[in-house]
Amino acid sequence: MSSRDSILATVARNQPAGLPLPVVPSFVLEEEDLVEKFTNVAVGIGSKVFRVKSLEEVKQVLLEEHGTSGRIISSFPQFSAIAETAIAPDVDPHSLADVHLAVLPAQLGVAENGALWVTDAQLPLRVLPFICQHLALVVPQQSIVPLMQQAYEVIGVQDYGFGTFIAGPSKTADIEQSLVLGAHGARTLSIFLYYQTQDKRLIF
Amino acid sequence: MKETEDHATLAEAFNADEPRVNWHDETLWFIRQKRDKAAHTIPDWELLRETASQIKHNVLSNLHDYLLQFEANAKANGIIVHWAADAAEHNQIVHAILQKHGVDRIVKSKSMLTEECHLNEYLAEHGIEVIDSDLGERIVQLAKEPPSHIVLPCIHKKKEEIGDLFHEHLGTAPGVSDPQVLTEAARQHLRETFLTRRAALTGVNFAVAETGEFVICTNEGNADMGAHLADVHIACVGIEKIIPKREHLGVFLRLLARSATGQPITTYSSHFKKPREGHELHLVFVDNGRSTQLGREDFRNSLKCIRCGACMNTCPVYRRSGGHSYHAAVAGPIGAILAPNLDMKKNADLPFASTLCGSCSNVCPVKIDIHQQLYKWRQVIVQEGYADRKKTMGMKAMTQTFASPSTFKLAGKAGRWFMRNVPFVLNNKMNPWYKQREMPEPPKESFGEWYLRNRKKTDE
Amino acid sequence: MTVGLFIPCYVDQFYPNAAIATLELLEKLGVRVVYPPRQTCCGQPMANSGFEHLTKESNDLFIKNFKEFDYIVAPSGSCVLHMKEHLHSDRYPAEAKAIQGKVYELIEFLTDVLQVENLQARFPHKVGLHQSCHGQRGLKLASMTELVAPAFSKPEQLLRMVEGLELVELTRKDECCGFGGTFCVAEEAVSVKMGKDRVADHLQHEAAYITGADMSCLMHMEGILRRQKSNVKVLHIAEILNAQEL
Repeated sequence: MSSRDSILATVARNQPAGLPLPVVPSFVLEEEDLVEKFTNVAVGIGSKVFRVKSLEEVKQVLLEEHGTSGRIISSFPQFSAIAETAIAPDVDPHSLADVHLAVLPAQLGVAENGALWVTDAQLPLRVLPFICQHLALVVPQQSIVPLMQQAYEVIGVQDYGFGTFIAGPSKTADIEQSLVLGAHGARTLSIFLYYQTQDKRLIF
Repeated sequence: MKETEDHATLAEAFNADEPRVNWHDETLWFIRQKRDKAAHTIPDWELLRETASQIKHNVLSNLHDYLLQFEANAKANGIIVHWAADAAEHNQIVHAILQKHGVDRIVKSKSMLTEECHLNEYLAEHGIEVIDSDLGERIVQLAKEPPSHIVLPCIHKKKEEIGDLFHEHLGTAPGVSDPQVLTEAARQHLRETFLTRRAALTGVNFAVAETGEFVICTNEGNADMGAHLADVHIACVGIEKIIPKREHLGVFLRLLARSATGQPITTYSSHFKKPREGHELHLVFVDNGRSTQLGREDFRNSLKCIRCGACMNTCPVYRRSGGHSYHAAVAGPIGAILAPNLDMKKNADLPFASTLCGSCSNVCPVKIDIHQQLYKWRQVIVQEGYADRKKTMGMKAMTQTFASPSTFKLAGKAGRWFMRNVPFVLNNKMNPWYKQREMPEPPKESFGEWYLRNRKKTDE
Repeated sequence: MTVGLFIPCYVDQFYPNAAIATLELLEKLGVRVVYPPRQTCCGQPMANSGFEHLTKESNDLFIKNFKEFDYIVAPSGSCVLHMKEHLHSDRYPAEAKAIQGKVYELIEFLTDVLQVENLQARFPHKVGLHQSCHGQRGLKLASMTELVAPAFSKPEQLLRMVEGLELVELTRKDECCGFGGTFCVAEEAVSVKMGKDRVADHLQHEAAYITGADMSCLMHMEGILRRQKSNVKVLHIAEILNAQEL
């Protein structure tokens, strides 16, 4: 018998009598102001949060922080003047090793933990948000949900090859529990909460 | 091979340096406090734990079907699924994949399963270099030590010692011990590794039956850096890591990081569903005793574990004995109930390395009855004949005395019976009680004697 | 109501004052108390060492001694928890089960059964309360710092009825002292270190007395205090609740 079959046979023999899958209760977030909660938590875990009304504003903030000398990649066509905006999916991911800044949209944010959800649909290459030195994520303010539970309700049966929640800059506290930002992934995370008014072009 | 010393001996050695024990204790207590603070931000915390526990219970009772469901979905997603009955087979499978691709050096993110299987040693013997990419794991790897904690692998190391290691291996300036500087040095060193390794190995936090995807949680981003740059990604997972549905991640991801470090979530919670175009994604299911544990009614709940490490941080014994005193891949209370299943003789001491205070069960995000299982393992270990012979004799003598009221009462004046029959009250230097503690002073009379003198004797 | 008084073996032998205080306190509260003299041990030391199978005879003896009473009360959370969780008997299964439902640790008997609202006690000293794990986490005598739940403490509730008593706050409210039955000798180094740390917390907060509902924890801490030549004393909580100091 193959290991697969013998493992499955032992599992079948040894597993206890079937217990029903519980109905997950509807959890709620105490705080009512999602944007405020999101902002507080995100800042608490080392993100920078900006409330903006246009992508132009995003650009201004990022140019002020990072200048234009480093390599910038963005999936926003509006950034074409300062960034590479058309990375082909078959590009060698290693070629992104020198990316200074990546500016990407996120699908949703989670108020309870300051995390943002991105998938292949937002990522020219999977490695991009990790390999860049600095990461900026832009998310509509209306896409902030209270808890992870609601985040997965929104994600639903979405099909993706890869998706990730990103909550703050890469960090470690492995040396004597001293928190250091910038372990292996991005050293900083700037979050732009985009307040949608008339401009609907930012619905990703 | 050298006989492993038992927990008490290793713990005593750890305690030779009391300031260091204090430092270790305080550091872990600090994390326990962060965990408390994070838990208290969620009014429904206990309900969340209960929900997670019930989901895991359902998983255990339907594991066979969930494994098949995961396999079918993962295959449809383009993931290559392997099955390993034990550690040896796991190591062989990983080795074969690497051989097929002609790879002789890999980068690996945190996986306690590969520690359990001793994969690094196996691959080294076969000429394959493994570099651990989690900072803490890299540090203990350079120190040629195993991790002492499943979430904080080098929590036992002081920054000065890490500075020395980095000076020796990574060329940092002598005497540098600033965590910021050391972390930056590791970042540069490991970035070079990520960019040059063609195969990446990772662990798995959750495997979702419904979708055939799996989730890896890290703070450093090392699993992602490795996996997204390599041609081949091998993910190793214990068969118990299955959860039924994607939406259940909305329960477990709320609990995991808060329990582990007090963070609201890890920096990255990456969902791997399909391989990158033109690349290979392997998943190796490992049993290695888990299906046996599933059959042990008293102990199967241990398979609910999501490896947060909260039970270690809270354990007053772990904090004062260090992870290495448990001589097993997984230390602390959870390790002490997992290890006897793998090797009862070698790990017979571990369930006794506890006061059964119960704090571990209270912090466990999936409500494993850890301290109850420690008690039950003690019974099993004694019944199976792995208890110390001297102890067995002593216990038998004690039992006979307790079974006979006349022996007990006639044993003489207050305290004398105890002095003779209970192991911890001999007043001499050979007695472990007396080494650092005074004996209780025997009173003039026992309560029994007092009662006879002061209350009516009609009860007899 | 007749209460069978169960005095743990080591309390009988080393700490008769704790037992006397328990008896007097219950009598003061109008309870008829009987001490069956043929009692020995609850079997916990054997069971916690993995020898539960050797406790059959002490279990049967316990049942014979105590089956008649309305309640069984003991000044020890640990022994009571052991009875509640592990007392069993092939010879007297029904009696064993009945006992598990009517055995009480002293504190919970006072707060839950007698529902004591005031005590005639005076103890004008600074006191640190040691939460013994089996009483606290096992019998739920107090809320636990690990859980997200409303705070309460049955021993504190009683201590606050004692005139003049000042309860000190501890840095670690409910950390184990490291006694742990045979753990105290089998894991001597860690056990002592845990005890030293627990004692230090009380000393730091200037407790003159350390009290608690389990004499075993107190015996362990007393051993450490005396070795350190400290003036701080340990007292079973019954002795404080029964105290009439001027």
